[in-house]
Amino acid sequence: MTIASLLARKGVKVVTIQPEHQIRQALALLAEHNIGALVVVDPGARPIGILSERDVVRAAIGDERGVFDKPVSALMTRNLIVGVPQDDLTSVGYTMTEKRIRHLPVVEQGRLVGIISIGDVVKAQRDQYQGEVDTLQFQLIADQEKPVARA
Amino acid sequence: MTRPGSEGAPLRVAIVGAGPTGYYAADQLFRQPGLVAEVDMYDRVPTPYGLVRAGVAPDHQKIKSVTASFDKVAANPRFRFFGCVELGRHVTVEDLRKHYHMLLYTTGAQTDRRMGIPGEDLKNSHAATEFVAWYNGHPDYRQLTFDLSQERAAIVGVGNVAVDVARILSRTPAELEKTDIADYALEALRASRVREVYLLGRRGPAQAAFTNPEVKELGELADADVTAVPEEVELDDLSRAAMERASDRATQKKVDLLQEYARRAPSGKRRRLILRFLVSPVEILDNGAGAVGGMRLVRNKLYATDTGTLQPKPTGEFDDLPVGLVFRSVGYKGVPLAGVPFNDKWGVILNEKGRVLDPTSKQPVVGEYTAGWIKRGPTGVIGTNKPDAAETVACMMEDLAADRVLHPAEASREAVERLVRERQPRCFSYQDWLRLNELEVQRGKETGRPRVKFTTIEDMLAALGRR
Repeated sequence: MTIASLLARKGVKVVTIQPEHQIRQALALLAEHNIGALVVVDPGARPIGILSERDVVRAAIGDERGVFDKPVSALMTRNLIVGVPQDDLTSVGYTMTEKRIRHLPVVEQGRLVGIISIGDVVKAQRDQYQGEVDTLQFQLIADQEKPVARA
Repeated sequence: MTRPGSEGAPLRVAIVGAGPTGYYAADQLFRQPGLVAEVDMYDRVPTPYGLVRAGVAPDHQKIKSVTASFDKVAANPRFRFFGCVELGRHVTVEDLRKHYHMLLYTTGAQTDRRMGIPGEDLKNSHAATEFVAWYNGHPDYRQLTFDLSQERAAIVGVGNVAVDVARILSRTPAELEKTDIADYALEALRASRVREVYLLGRRGPAQAAFTNPEVKELGELADADVTAVPEEVELDDLSRAAMERASDRATQKKVDLLQEYARRAPSGKRRRLILRFLVSPVEILDNGAGAVGGMRLVRNKLYATDTGTLQPKPTGEFDDLPVGLVFRSVGYKGVPLAGVPFNDKWGVILNEKGRVLDPTSKQPVVGEYTAGWIKRGPTGVIGTNKPDAAETVACMMEDLAADRVLHPAEASREAVERLVRERQPRCFSYQDWLRLNELEVQRGKETGRPRVKFTTIEDMLAALGRR
């Protein structure tokens, strides 16, 4: 299974923000869309960073008022790890867990095409395992019953 | 208006596509506590089960046993089947919206991806899915012909469809006679002169999609020796590291098995099945008469992407295969349905967790849902569609509770029956299918086969005493 199969059922919406926007606007977007991170893009829609709720929480400590007026570029994570649609979920899950990445922007030829969360990956893997267990179970049952012809 | 879902006003759902996902969704609807639902399932072909009948290989009868659980769902008196009724041809989305509270599209991934290389359209170059539908007796594909007088065939891809095709081409008539392969396909394969079958994987043995039982089966064919190229099944450092860190024993076993195949001496069987890795076709060569005369391959090596996935990249070294028949099996995609928003990028219905989205507003289209391969793309085994259908059904229940459903003018079973019979007098019911099933099994008994399939609509009608 690849990242593409996760993006296929996530509509086409990717919420992005520009680096010069204020943290206030970023928080409004996070709240409005009920999400945990925003991909920061340049005018060519190329991802240049990611801003997570955690980045804002950390910065807010000790600077409760100033944080809202800061530009997104001041708090975003710049050394971005990105996925491509053909990436295998097994390696994606491993890398996200090891590197403690909760949101992974997905690019194609440098352009942002989606974002997946570690929750998306876990759910897809759970569904895959459940499906395999289910399939193995009915085959086992078929083994035990006398062989009957089926379509 | 009262919310549908009660004894007096059942929730009426149309499911388009009678494959596993459609049944899983119907089952989950029937099991919702406190909900009374009526399900009408439509399919383009007269018979149900989708790819379980028309895709799963005929020599894998055990996998087909899942249909017993589908028949249990269909036995619910609130379930009906309308076979041979096509959306966009006999009924439209608008028709359905006038008769149901909710529509659910479970039409699967009906077409294959192309390789995008020169020569792909030469004679004797085919989509593996067409060959699969042909040997499984799908009414729309039975008239196809494949040039089995060729001695060498290449199958591009190492997923389960590619492996199925390789196995069917490599089996003996005696092996095939025990299956429910279509009669005409059995005859054609009996006369087959194919001696060498190549399976081509673009990545290494550790990344090949086929499962261990599938690989093992290839080593146990009655009259075909399986082999691999030793240097292609050696583990590279990247693959070894990936397997070690994930302590991936299943993959290690697969690689061991493939290495064993590479070491095996030919035992003198009539056919050879050759597993190739780290190669990609770059061109299908013309034999001078507009047909496949060979295939040019480029050797690949692996590199790791940001996320650690190992992907192939061409080395610039080439290799020619002298094949006369090509089947591509490099992925599948959905076909747009008339009047249903489509996401061209991923080849699926435009959706979010199974709610169909309006392409302009990106908001859910009230009353329309999708599940299965046409929702997420072609991945997973049959059972993977169960949790996938559950996600969609959960959205349907959430929307029902919020009264985001259609309010059809003619919400009765009878009105649908009238409409469908008028538009498609040849429509097949589940009773028709159960009778056809009996007859197929009966015909099989006479020749010692699991069943002998009916493969044309005319034959099915005649068998039922209709015309």
